[in-house]
Amino acid sequence: MEKTNKVFPGKLVIGFLLSIVMTVLAAWIALGTDFSKSVIMWMIGALAIFQAGVQLIMFMHINEGKSGMINTINIVYSVFIAAVIVAGSIWILTTGHAAH
Amino acid sequence: MSVDQILVTGDPLILASQIAILLTIIGAVVGITYFKKWRYLWEEWLTTVDHKKIGIMYILAGVAMFFRGGVDGLMMKAQTSRPNMEFLDAQHYDEVFTTHGIVMILFMAMPMLIGIMNVVLPLQIGARDVAFPKLNALSFWTFFVAAMLFNISFVIGGSPDAGWTSYFPLAGKEFTPGVGNNYYAIALQIAGIGTLATGINFIVTILKMRAPGMTLMKMPMFTWTSLVTSILIVAAFPILTVALAFMTMDRLFGAHFFTVAAGGDPMLWLNLFWLWGHPEVYIVVLPAFGMFSEVIATFSRKNLYGYKTMVASIVGIAFLSMLVWVHHFYTMGNSAAVNSVFSITTMMIAIPTGVKIFNWLFTMRKGRIKFTTSMLWSLAFIPCFTIGGVTGVMLAMAAADYQYHNTMFLVAHFHYVLIPGVVFAVFAGLYYWWPKMFGFTLNEKIGKWHFWLFVIGFNLTFMPMFFVGLDGMSRRMYTYSEGLGWEGWLGFSAAGSLIMAAGFAALCYNIYWSFRFASRDVGSDPWDARTLEWATASPVQHYNFAVVPKVDSLDPFWKMKKKGTFKLKKQDIKEIHMPSNSAIPILMGIAFGIVGFFLVFEWFTLAAIWSLGIIACLVANSFDYDDGYHVSAEEVEETERKWRGDL
Repeated sequence: MEKTNKVFPGKLVIGFLLSIVMTVLAAWIALGTDFSKSVIMWMIGALAIFQAGVQLIMFMHINEGKSGMINTINIVYSVFIAAVIVAGSIWILTTGHAAH
Repeated sequence: MSVDQILVTGDPLILASQIAILLTIIGAVVGITYFKKWRYLWEEWLTTVDHKKIGIMYILAGVAMFFRGGVDGLMMKAQTSRPNMEFLDAQHYDEVFTTHGIVMILFMAMPMLIGIMNVVLPLQIGARDVAFPKLNALSFWTFFVAAMLFNISFVIGGSPDAGWTSYFPLAGKEFTPGVGNNYYAIALQIAGIGTLATGINFIVTILKMRAPGMTLMKMPMFTWTSLVTSILIVAAFPILTVALAFMTMDRLFGAHFFTVAAGGDPMLWLNLFWLWGHPEVYIVVLPAFGMFSEVIATFSRKNLYGYKTMVASIVGIAFLSMLVWVHHFYTMGNSAAVNSVFSITTMMIAIPTGVKIFNWLFTMRKGRIKFTTSMLWSLAFIPCFTIGGVTGVMLAMAAADYQYHNTMFLVAHFHYVLIPGVVFAVFAGLYYWWPKMFGFTLNEKIGKWHFWLFVIGFNLTFMPMFFVGLDGMSRRMYTYSEGLGWEGWLGFSAAGSLIMAAGFAALCYNIYWSFRFASRDVGSDPWDARTLEWATASPVQHYNFAVVPKVDSLDPFWKMKKKGTFKLKKQDIKEIHMPSNSAIPILMGIAFGIVGFFLVFEWFTLAAIWSLGIIACLVANSFDYDDGYHVSAEEVEETERKWRGDL
């Protein structure tokens, strides 16, 4: 902890800049472009997920320290489970005969 | 509501059960009072937080539920043994197959496995208890109360009758207006809470409480499978919780999650049920694989072949098990893409499972095999389970499944997976670890009767089902006409079920006989085993280990025996800190049960009042400052001296 206080916090600055860039980009896509509504939703959704990743790594240090590995595995696993349940259910219930 | 709306009346079989239940309760109360055992029962068992005692209670409850589910099975076999039988009517048959399924999976397989995990797992990793002992007791009591709540359904209010899968729209209020299916929604919910807590408890125990030196890749295989099972529980059981909550909303409060009437979707129930239901299959089968691994390694007198591939295949199975659930409802009419993807993932699961089969075979290769009863169960498991697995790959092909779907072929398949995969494992585990629980081994000769009767009966019962299934018999048919060519097969099957029942009776007799007559002089390590649980006394001291062992390899106890380092020095013995007993878990479990009962009958005011009891227990627990007690070094020394020669 003491060591990181003395050096220039490059990681934090990069994270800060990346976050600003992605936020501005999302605002510009939503307000300043003529993409269709669904394309806009997909793009800003993707940017939001990237930004969450940046914040977790740069600011919340999930991959550092004693439990870094465990935290990372936990998050990746939770995302996997959530994706399987939500995306899987939507896929199954909207594509078959049952939906039509 | 009048009495005859609450009690089920008019059926002689059920009347007899009501009388039997009443007499049993009276007998138990009178017996305990006569022998003055209430205090003993309360202090030693009902309020215990000792993982070994909780495990034993799980196993006892599991055996009782096995009996109940088994009787359900026998009734079904009797009803279909001849064409046009008039033993059970359609309604009664529906109730019987519904409760058979739920009791066997949730109230027999789960508690048996969790019970053995409870007894063995902390011992295998060199811990003195689980991470959260009181929570562990609460898990048991919520399970037990839920099992009792579910079991009274057939005498009070009526059994659930929409199948263990309870598919909508049949399971909805419109088509099943009685309280039976409320029992399903509420009892499973309560049991699910306990199971989820168990999963969390075991994950923390394994990750945080291993003996010094025991890295993840030095854990015994049963510990590995328990860890992966616990992770699957934590991933899958919340899905059941949500699905059951939706079902409760639909049935009790008129919501429409699963009814088409107001824009709900019955297929969403199937989807959520199997999102939990398929991982559940692996939740029960993985610990069983771990038990076989321990038993086969011990009785082949070799270390487990391919430890690392074994670990990899367990993790692989767990990963894939979350990705196959649609194979339970290909016939709902999915798109070709959905069915193809799930066909492939399902067939892929056979690969890691096959790896494990070969690992067990190679463990036995050139080993000096001892044919004890628990080894026999493991040996019989391999061919029987392989039949179940291969027919599973047949069912995995979506196009072919349109033929097999909901036929007796499917019923035969999953019994060939679950009985060898879980029941044989539980039997192997019970014979193997029995001395750790009670200090004597079960009788080997009666054990072999148990084994042969059960295995022969099992094959006779379920093998014919493949053939009647291919001949077009669908599952859950309560009667059939003459001349379909099924009579012979089903007659065989019914006879087989009686032989299987005789096998179970042999187990009960064996337990009785061994309690009375078996030699208590079997030492602490009767099988010359390999892992740390055998470094304790039989039955295990309440604090497990006088000194926490140090581990530097796989099979640590085997190494200690070979190197002669299994010794205890007097100066190493220190005071031991243990958790105190608590009445909160059982009281909270009872409160859950009462609230559940009122919810089943939709008496909401009473349910609300009694749910204050649950909250009161939570509050009481928050103000419980009991940090446990200390076992003095002198007491430890005295206990150790009784069973070790070297102190």
